[in-house]
Amino acid sequence: MSATGIGASVKRKEDFRFLTGRGNYTDDINQPGQTYAYILRSSHAHAKIKKIDTADAKSAPGVLAIFTGEDMQVGSLPCGWAVNNKDGSPMNEPPHPPLAQGKVRYVGDQIAVVIAETYAQAKDAAERIVLDLEELPAVTTVDAAIAPGAPLVHDDLAPGNMCYDWEIGDEAETDAAFKGAAHVVSIDVTNNRLVPNAMEPRAAIGDYNKGTGEYTLYTTSQNPHVIRLLMGAFVLQLPEHKLRVVAPDVGGGFGSKIYHYAEEAIVTWASEKVRRPIKWTAERSESFVSDAHGRDHVTHADLALDASGKFLGLKVYTKANLGAYLSTFSTCVPTYLYATLLAGVYTTPKVYANVKSIFTNTVPVDAYRGAGRPEATYLLERLVSKAARELGMDQVEIRRKNFIPADAFPYQTPVALQYDSGDYEATLKKAMELADWNGFAARKAEAAGRGKLRGIGISTYLEACGIAPSAVVGSLGARAGLFESANVRVHPTGSVSIYTGSHSHGQGHETTFAQLVSETLGIPIENVNIDHGDTNRIAFGMGTYGSRSLAVGGEAIMKALGKVVDKASKIAAHLMEASAEDVEFKDGKFTVAGTDKEVDFGTVALTAYVPHNYPHETLEPGLEENAFYDPMNFTYPGGCHICEVEIDPDTGVTKVVNMTAVDDVGRVINPMIVEGQIHGGLAQGIGQALLENCEYDENGQLLSGSFMDYCMPRADNFPGFQATTESTLCAHNSLGVKGCGEVGAIGSPPAVINAVLDALADKGVTDISMPATSHKVWQAIQNAQMPAAAE
Amino acid sequence: MYDFSFQSPASAADAASALGAAEDGKILAGGQTLLPTMKQRLAMPSDLISLKGCRDLVGISSDGSTLTIGAMTTHGAVAASTEVAKAIPALSALAGGIGDPQVRNRGTLGGSLANNDPAADYPAAVLGLGATVVTTKREIAADDYFQGMFETALDDDEIITAVRFPIPQAAGYAKFDNPASRYALVGVFVAKTAAGPRVAVTGAGQGGVFRASDIEGQIASGQEPNSASIDEGELNGDIHASPAYRKHLIGVMAKRALASAG
Ligand SMILES: Cc1cc2nc3c(=O)[nH]c(=O)nc-3n(C[C@H](O)[C@H](O)[C@H](O)COP(=O)(O)OP(=O)(O)OC[C@H]3O[C@@H](n4cnc5c(N)ncnc54)[C@H](O)[C@@H]3O)c2cc1C
Repeated sequence: MSATGIGASVKRKEDFRFLTGRGNYTDDINQPGQTYAYILRSSHAHAKIKKIDTADAKSAPGVLAIFTGEDMQVGSLPCGWAVNNKDGSPMNEPPHPPLAQGKVRYVGDQIAVVIAETYAQAKDAAERIVLDLEELPAVTTVDAAIAPGAPLVHDDLAPGNMCYDWEIGDEAETDAAFKGAAHVVSIDVTNNRLVPNAMEPRAAIGDYNKGTGEYTLYTTSQNPHVIRLLMGAFVLQLPEHKLRVVAPDVGGGFGSKIYHYAEEAIVTWASEKVRRPIKWTAERSESFVSDAHGRDHVTHADLALDASGKFLGLKVYTKANLGAYLSTFSTCVPTYLYATLLAGVYTTPKVYANVKSIFTNTVPVDAYRGAGRPEATYLLERLVSKAARELGMDQVEIRRKNFIPADAFPYQTPVALQYDSGDYEATLKKAMELADWNGFAARKAEAAGRGKLRGIGISTYLEACGIAPSAVVGSLGARAGLFESANVRVHPTGSVSIYTGSHSHGQGHETTFAQLVSETLGIPIENVNIDHGDTNRIAFGMGTYGSRSLAVGGEAIMKALGKVVDKASKIAAHLMEASAEDVEFKDGKFTVAGTDKEVDFGTVALTAYVPHNYPHETLEPGLEENAFYDPMNFTYPGGCHICEVEIDPDTGVTKVVNMTAVDDVGRVINPMIVEGQIHGGLAQGIGQALLENCEYDENGQLLSGSFMDYCMPRADNFPGFQATTESTLCAHNSLGVKGCGEVGAIGSPPAVINAVLDALADKGVTDISMPATSHKVWQAIQNAQMPAAAE
Repeated sequence: MYDFSFQSPASAADAASALGAAEDGKILAGGQTLLPTMKQRLAMPSDLISLKGCRDLVGISSDGSTLTIGAMTTHGAVAASTEVAKAIPALSALAGGIGDPQVRNRGTLGGSLANNDPAADYPAAVLGLGATVVTTKREIAADDYFQGMFETALDDDEIITAVRFPIPQAAGYAKFDNPASRYALVGVFVAKTAAGPRVAVTGAGQGGVFRASDIEGQIASGQEPNSASIDEGELNGDIHASPAYRKHLIGVMAKRALASAG
């Protein structure tokens, strides 16, 4: 292994820039003549717009223009994935206008945009807009939304507030499997709604150039090409060659910066009207009501088992809250990214799932770190642990008994996916060793001596990422292919620029991708630059989400590097007067087998660009190659998370005292970066399990609308994590990589809750919902003890 | 934030007259509450009168029976003071547990008391210790100073200059953090004084900080404190804690505060 090649914990190249304040984020960018936009948002969850009077506001100091939905008649913000109902009919897809038309549908919905010389002036003027709104009753929960007579978010465009009523798996066969069951274990779980809270709030600058007729949008996006496509083709009808989208440094996304948002279209469109660049930057409070939220499922499930504890069948009924409008990927999250994962790591032969996705008067819901897979994992791993308890089986034994064995791959599940590789026993064994599973009883006894309730919880999970094989997802309703592109440009003196369609917003691509180049071309990592995030510099790209950057973007780079090596070998063959077939390339040197001839990579690069001595008849000058890579399958990371908690029964405070994660992420390119990704994921997973909750009141007002009430996890909420990998290789890509960006957030929540329930078992508590706050834990203990006290 | 005019007087007396003269003036201390409120456009003072330049409002001194802390002394300075640690260690611990380092380096004793947030920590110490709030006009006993959520005995043009804390025999403070904001969900300050125990509860009461006289009685008679007699109907309920949970926590925190008082 070279010092900067595959497998080396190279320090992140980008960190100097980020840690010393030299990053270049959207809000750092300023254009000559720039103006500022303030978006007037609805403070009602549901209301009819009777009149918007902007006359007085337009006369406020510094105001250039004010636009409402009436002025901005453009296309709808599109949804990228069509999901059909059970009966094959298409989903209800009501329009999603950038500025509200006729009605506002959630607190935060955009009503008008004020453009002024300064942001403060725009905000001042917005206070002078006179709104005549007729308040309507609102619905915020899935159950309220589907109750008979519920207020309709989209009136007759979505009767019963239903987007779709979808199913997967064979219901009749699953029912038949239940007939022969010795036990049926049932569970009801809620997957709590989360606010993503990236460190950098969203921002956008629209800049129309009258001279060239070109539009530029700077935006906080995880996928600038996707934004160009969606906004250009569907919303504003601007052709790609006249629209440049730049996503410069981006300070975290976690999914929330995938989607095409109204503000991007608004500033781009309005900059042509006012003929000035327009900047919009969200305030933190605005982020709470305008960034797509995550999760929000309510599920009932039944698991059928035989007398020995073997799973026979699983039936799942989920209601997913989509919020008020369809965000870009919202429809696929509770279906193809969720229900397809319900086999988990188990051989359950029959699985059936029914998912109803429902409109409510809340912020749109979309993918958030893990997207669908955390919801599936939470359900399954809670259910399996509950089954073990009800059957009097050991937590680990019930899992082992049902694992897909390591020699069973490729493994076809009953819910569409075919797993390519994995070894669930290996990750389980290693995690149990690291967590000292067998020593738990002693630790529990010691904690009891201190008056603390100690519990241990486990989760053996799997996820599907490396999104995604275009043919497969196309057949499932995706309206786009999900390949990735790369361009490798070798410069005359042998340094290399990589142009990738993946986007880095904290993941460390500038380091990991450079390691691939360093390894393949045998050049120092300092000689490699990774460029991303600009549709004018990068040929095309689908961006970063679904842990796809290395497994798809990295593979595209490898493919392009392969083409570079092929061409370079031909040039080297010419220089060494050998035939190309005899040339070998290793450690940055071309050699001819059986001779001492050798020429280094730099010399070949120079020859390509200074072709005095060059085989012009067979080769073109230059050394630059493109590649597009479309994966053959999803990748399937998995592993085992073990959590240990201590509960103070006097207060209900739960402290995570041990957190062990052993993940199979495929080949590891940079162990330090992988560990960092897993740490971050664990923080979000534990945050969801114990702290974070997005809560609305029944009128649709957001109760957890700031950090005063929305509990972001902090370092002192966590112990030191034990995170390591135990990998099998992905069977269908050249690097053998799977993905590590989301596993932490996917595997951990059920491990935490299983640990809490284990700690509370002696108190008679059998269920608790996320987040298991101290209040809820205390209340659960009180409730469980109530009947005992009455006796 | 709306426009305002800014003044920076050099003494408390000048600040008081500037405040009296202003149309709708506000004192600016550490700004940790006032500035966010102004940024959210929930406050729109015509004048901001900064106390930053009033050197007479900063400082900590002790004469063996009374600890005096200037209104502009930051939480960080109180937490770091050896004088405070010697006289009333519970007060050092309380100040060191407010917010985060940035907040402690800006936020002040006077600002916290003038604001009288129902979840703030200092009101528990001031009431629990039976301190005296000294202003540009008079001296106000703690028992008269706190008048409900965000309400105090201060006149519009009155400025807190210092607080005088009688040094107790022993004192302890136990805070149960609101998990999100880390203000007090419930905080209980217990002081053992020559005149008997005093117990003040913050975070829990609908009317802000209050004295728990039954718990004072329990401590005086050597019983373990409990919150059984606290009226749940007077306690706050929100997404973080029900009144019943707050009531329970008052008992637990009272025990812990007493234990830490020694
Ligand atoms: C993130 C965060 C976390 C916090 N956590 C806690 C916590 O855990 N516990 C806690 O107790 N507090 C907490 N606070 C509050 C903080 O510690 C300050 O005590 C509080 O903000 C007020 O003090 P200040 O000096 O900043 O006052 P300012 O914000 O400047 O003023 C507050 C009010 O008091 C008035 N005022 C200020 N000084 C005087 C004076 N001398 N005389 C008369 N009126 C005056 C002002 O006019 C204003 O109305 C937190 C604050 C933040 C931002």
